[in-house]
Amino acid sequence: MTDVASGGAELSEDTPAAGESPVLAVDPLLDDPGIGIVVCCGAGGVGKTTTAAALGVRAAERGRRVVVLTIDPARRLAQSMGLTELDNVPRPVPGIDRSAGGELFAMMLDMKRTFDEIVEGHADPARARAILDNPFYQSLSAGFAGTQEYMAMEKLGQLAARGEWDLIVVDTPPSRSALDFLDAPQRLGSFLDGRFIRVLMAPAKAGGRAGRKVMSLGMAGLSLFTGTIGKILGTALLRDVQTFVAAMDTMFGGFRARADATYRLLQAPGTAFLVVSAPERDALREAAYFVERLAADRMPLAGMVLNRVHTSGAARLSAERAEAAAEVLDARKNPAPDGMVDHPAGQDAGAGPGAGPGVGSGVGAGVEEDADRFASALLRVHAERMRQITREERMRARFTALHPDVPVAEVAALAEDVHDLAGLRAIGDLLAS
Amino acid sequence: MSSSNSARTRLHVVSGKGGTGKTTVAAALALALAEQGRRTLLVEVEGRQGIAQLFETEALPYEERRIAIGPGGGEVYALAVDAERALLDYLQMFYKLGGAGRALRRLGAVDFATTIAPGLRDVLLTGKVCEAVRRRPDGGGWAYDAVVMDAPPTGRITRFLGVNDEVAGLARVGPIHHQAQAVMRVLKSAETAVHLVTLLEEMPVQETADGVAELRAAGLPVGSVVVNMVRPPVADGLPPAGDPSGSDADRPVLAAALERAGLRGTTALAGPLLAEGRAYGRRLALEAAQRAELAGLGLPVRELPLLPDGADLAGLYRQARRLRDLEW
Repeated sequence: MTDVASGGAELSEDTPAAGESPVLAVDPLLDDPGIGIVVCCGAGGVGKTTTAAALGVRAAERGRRVVVLTIDPARRLAQSMGLTELDNVPRPVPGIDRSAGGELFAMMLDMKRTFDEIVEGHADPARARAILDNPFYQSLSAGFAGTQEYMAMEKLGQLAARGEWDLIVVDTPPSRSALDFLDAPQRLGSFLDGRFIRVLMAPAKAGGRAGRKVMSLGMAGLSLFTGTIGKILGTALLRDVQTFVAAMDTMFGGFRARADATYRLLQAPGTAFLVVSAPERDALREAAYFVERLAADRMPLAGMVLNRVHTSGAARLSAERAEAAAEVLDARKNPAPDGMVDHPAGQDAGAGPGAGPGVGSGVGAGVEEDADRFASALLRVHAERMRQITREERMRARFTALHPDVPVAEVAALAEDVHDLAGLRAIGDLLAS
Repeated sequence: MSSSNSARTRLHVVSGKGGTGKTTVAAALALALAEQGRRTLLVEVEGRQGIAQLFETEALPYEERRIAIGPGGGEVYALAVDAERALLDYLQMFYKLGGAGRALRRLGAVDFATTIAPGLRDVLLTGKVCEAVRRRPDGGGWAYDAVVMDAPPTGRITRFLGVNDEVAGLARVGPIHHQAQAVMRVLKSAETAVHLVTLLEEMPVQETADGVAELRAAGLPVGSVVVNMVRPPVADGLPPAGDPSGSDADRPVLAAALERAGLRGTTALAGPLLAEGRAYGRRLALEAAQRAELAGLGLPVRELPLLPDGADLAGLYRQARRLRDLEW
C-alpha cells in the first residue's frame, strides 16, 4: 500500500472521487412513501432513460408500485423493459421480482395519441371530429419540437391523477430544452391572454367569412392583421388554422388549468428531481444549468446522478508510475538503441545505455518476455484509465465548486450498454452503493 | 482533392445523438472548409450559443459575424438563428412588413408562431439557412461557398428537415407553399449533405443507423458518418477478449513481471490490473462491432480522435486540420 504510491505525489491514497459533495442516498429516496414522483432530467446522451428505468426496477423490487414514463427510449432499452410498441398505455414489465409486494409498469409517450385523447376527452364528439380531421392539427400533433414537452407534462398529470401507483418515474425529453415543460403553463397563458387568438378567431366566429370582411365591422386594426396573415398563410391554410383555434378554444382553458396543476404538483414535496449527468465538461455544464433552473422554479432537487464514472482498484498506482514501469518492461524486451529510457527507482535502475537488461538471459526467457509484454500492456491500459479518472475529477470539481450542496450518486462506467433487466438491476445496485 | 460530386456540396447539415459532440464537429468542418479557401457560414439553430462557447467569444447576435480566418484566406462567419427574428425577417423580406411584424409581436402572434405552433419554428429555421445558401449579393456569385448547420439531434433531424414538405401540403397555394417547396428543393438537392456524428457505442450507432434509414426514406441526401471521440489504442499485446489468458490465474506471473518493472506491492496490483485489461478488451471488441455496423451503412465513415482535454479552441483547430484533407 505505502510502497507503490511512494512516487505518485499527484495521487494521495484512496483519493475520494473529487469528494466534497454529500452522497445522494438512493434507496431511502425510492422507499420514501412521501415521494410519489421522481423526474430525471439532464442533457442528451448521459444515460437519463437508463437511469429512469433502473430506478423504476429498483423501487419496484423494493416493494413499491411503480410506473416509468419514458420518452423516445432507445429500442433495446425499451425491449429490456418488455416494451415493444409505442401505445401510450402503461404495461406491466415482466420478470420483476415481486416478492417485496411491488410492481413495475412502463410506458412510452405517444405524443399524437396523448393529444388526441385530450381532444376526445374534452370536446363534444362533433367538435372532436372537426379537430382531429383538421390538417393543421394533424401536422401539429405529430410531434414537432416542443409538443413533446407539453404532452409529457399532460401525461404525467394524467398518471398522477389516476392514483394507481405509489411512484411515477419520469424521463424528460432528450433535448437541451428538457425543462421547457416547466414553461408550458406560462406559454399557454401568454398565448391565451394575448389578443392574437381573438384576432385569429374573429373571422371564424363571424361565420367563416374571409378575414377581409372583418373590416366591415369597423375593426380596421384587426383587418390589417388578419389580412396580413391571410396573405402569408394563404386563405385555405388560414381557414384551417382558424377552424383549429376555434375548435380548440373551449379546450385551451382546461389545458392551461391542468398544466398549472401539474406544475404545482412538481413543486410539491412529494416530487424529487434528479439531474442526470456524466463526468464530462458539456454534460456537467448542462447539469449546472438544470440545477439553477430548478432552483429558479422552486422545484425540489434531490440530487445528481453521475453516470459513467471511471474507477480503479489500483488507484494508488499513478498514470506516470504505470507508464514508467511499462517502459522498463519494454526496454527489457527491446533495448532502445540510443538508450533514452527513463527508469523509475527500482531494481532495473542501474541499466546502462544500449544494454537492455535481462534480454535473452537465462532459461524461460521467452515466457518471461511474454509476461513482460502482457504486463506492459496492462500498465498502459491502467495509465490511460488513471488519466481519465484525473480528467473526470477535474470536471467534477468544477461542478462541485459551483454547487457544493447538491448530493451526488455515482454510477461506475460499464463496458457495455444495458440490454435487459439484469443490466438495469446492476445499474440500480451501483446507484445505491 | 474533391470529387466533382462533393465539390458541389454547399450545405452541410451536421446532426448526431446528444452527447456525441455534433457542435464541435460542425465548427471543425466549417474551419476545415475555410482552410480550403471557401467562404463559410456556420449556423446554429437551437439557441444554445454552443458556437460562441467553442470559439470562446461572447454570445452570437442574430447577425452573420466573422469569427475565424483560415490560413488559406477562407473565412468562417457564424450565425445563431433566432426563430422570432427569422419570422420578422421573413415578413420583411417577402411582404415588406417591418411595422406589421412588430404589431404582430405585440399581439402574441410571434409567440404563437415560434412556440405554440412549434412546426412553424422549424420552418423558419430551415428557411433562414436555405436563404443563406441561395443568397447571391447583387446577382453575382454565392454569398457563401459553403454553409454548415449545427442541426437538431439525429432523432429529430428528418422531421426538422422535412417540415417544409408538410407545410407545402398544408398550404397548397400561395407564397408559403412556394417558399416551402423552394426550401425542400435545396435540402433534397445534390448541393446538400446530411452528416451524422456518432460515438463507437451501441446507442449512438443504433440511432445513426435508424437516422440514415429515415433520411433516405424521406429523400434527403445523406453525406457521411463522423465517428467522434475515438480513443486511440493504448496498448497492444493484450490477449483478445474471451482469451483465457488474462484470467486471474495469471496473477502470480503478472505480479512477477510487475516486480521486474520495479514496482512493489505487486500481488495486490495484479488483480485490479487484470480486471482493467479485461474491461479494455471488452471495449475494443464492442468498438469493432460498432465499426462493422457503421461500415454496413454504405457511407463514408470519418473518424476524429478524442480530445483528452475536451473541445477547447486548440482542439477545435486540430480537428479542423484532420477534416481538411477529406472530401466534403
